[in-house]
Amino acid sequence: MSLDPDTPLRFSPLHRLQWEEAQQRYVILYPEGLVELNATSAEILKRCDGKHTLKTIVEELERKYETEGLTDDIREFLEIALENGWIQTAD
Amino acid sequence: MKTAGSKPPISPPRWLLAELTYACPLQCPYCSNPVDFARHKEELATEDWKRVLSEAREMGAVQLGFSGGEPLTRPDLEALVAHARRLGYYSNLITSGYGLSAERIAALKAAGLDHIQVSIQAPERDLSDWLAGTESFAHKKQVARWVKEQGYPMVLCVVIHRHNIEQMEGILEMAVELGADYLELANTQYYGWARLNRAQLMPTRAQFERAEAVARRYKERLKGKMKIYYVVPDYYEDRPKACMNGWGTTFLTVAPDGAALPCHAARELPIGEFPNVREMSVREIWEESEIFNRFRGFDWMPEPCRSCDEKTKDYGGCRCQAYLLTGDMTAADPVCAKSPHRRLVDQAIAEAEAPPEVPLVFRNPKASRRFFET
Repeated sequence: MSLDPDTPLRFSPLHRLQWEEAQQRYVILYPEGLVELNATSAEILKRCDGKHTLKTIVEELERKYETEGLTDDIREFLEIALENGWIQTAD
Repeated sequence: MKTAGSKPPISPPRWLLAELTYACPLQCPYCSNPVDFARHKEELATEDWKRVLSEAREMGAVQLGFSGGEPLTRPDLEALVAHARRLGYYSNLITSGYGLSAERIAALKAAGLDHIQVSIQAPERDLSDWLAGTESFAHKKQVARWVKEQGYPMVLCVVIHRHNIEQMEGILEMAVELGADYLELANTQYYGWARLNRAQLMPTRAQFERAEAVARRYKERLKGKMKIYYVVPDYYEDRPKACMNGWGTTFLTVAPDGAALPCHAARELPIGEFPNVREMSVREIWEESEIFNRFRGFDWMPEPCRSCDEKTKDYGGCRCQAYLLTGDMTAADPVCAKSPHRRLVDQAIAEAEAPPEVPLVFRNPKASRRFFET
């Protein structure tokens, strides 16, 4: 399965993405669990708002970090996020 | 050699279990509450709980369980949920579902509750009602449906023991039927009432292996649809569990009367008075109380744990299990094959093959009073 670059993505209504002041990082919260996120992963997930797609997330983050060639890394992370149920395809 | 003044670093609590009450309309014979729970009558007031939630959150606690007893018996539950939401907790209601209405589920959602964990005793009515000591099966299933309908993650919990382990397939089918997002298959851990009833609850090795194979098959089949947590029955392991991720590292339980415990079973340890949130702040309890520091790090360990290269993985196992089986709370958890007391676990396993004919003791205040009234 390969993620379509134009499919809108949204964060799962059954999970919560939250900034943790005590840990100085974003975490994903769900029943009985907590995933600690690094800064880039959090930037990707914050954009899963039902409008952004793989393509637009890549464009924005390449601009933000003034770099290129992020597609493969971001695709890989989004596929993991989909598999874990953190995000869903919004169509 | 012990370095003077050397202390293990203290990590902040991440999980807070708020046991709001010991009152419960159910009487499950495997309840993890202490057998003498009826001794502790003075429940914390709403304002005490709010302060505890605020203080623990400030230290970094983020996962919050409202438990008991049956937390629904507290009329201030909605107010506490709302306070928890304002503080940024991810809050979980751990409930039997008894007496829960669709309206209250909606009110709790509006207050900011994140999920509800409904426990069902067995996949059929007579057995479930018998185990609960209360007619409750049909309503529990209705509650599970309402929870799902109202957009909560649906977490179903079934405690596994010899009276329902043969129905593993039925349990999984029930979870599918109810649309569970998470299923917790919690093999009984032998503390509290479960320890008291162990001979009547412990499955045989063959039963456990058959049930595990069924659970594994469904886990594969339901991948991506339902997350199945399988709590292993540690008597059938040969290494102990890393209990509570290590004493005083991650988990804080506050009992109904305000006693602060490093785990919900710890009240059975011969420790005397646990620090109480009525008298100390959560930070003082967590960082400074003798009891929370007692089993931190590795200096407290006797052999065989002390020189064991696995001590950083399992922290010597569970202090409560060590105490309940050997009478010594500093001993290696007897589940460990390296423990000189492993035969105590093997005896329990042998006993499961031919359990003595004694009745289950159901968990209720009357039965509890026998443990402290003479």
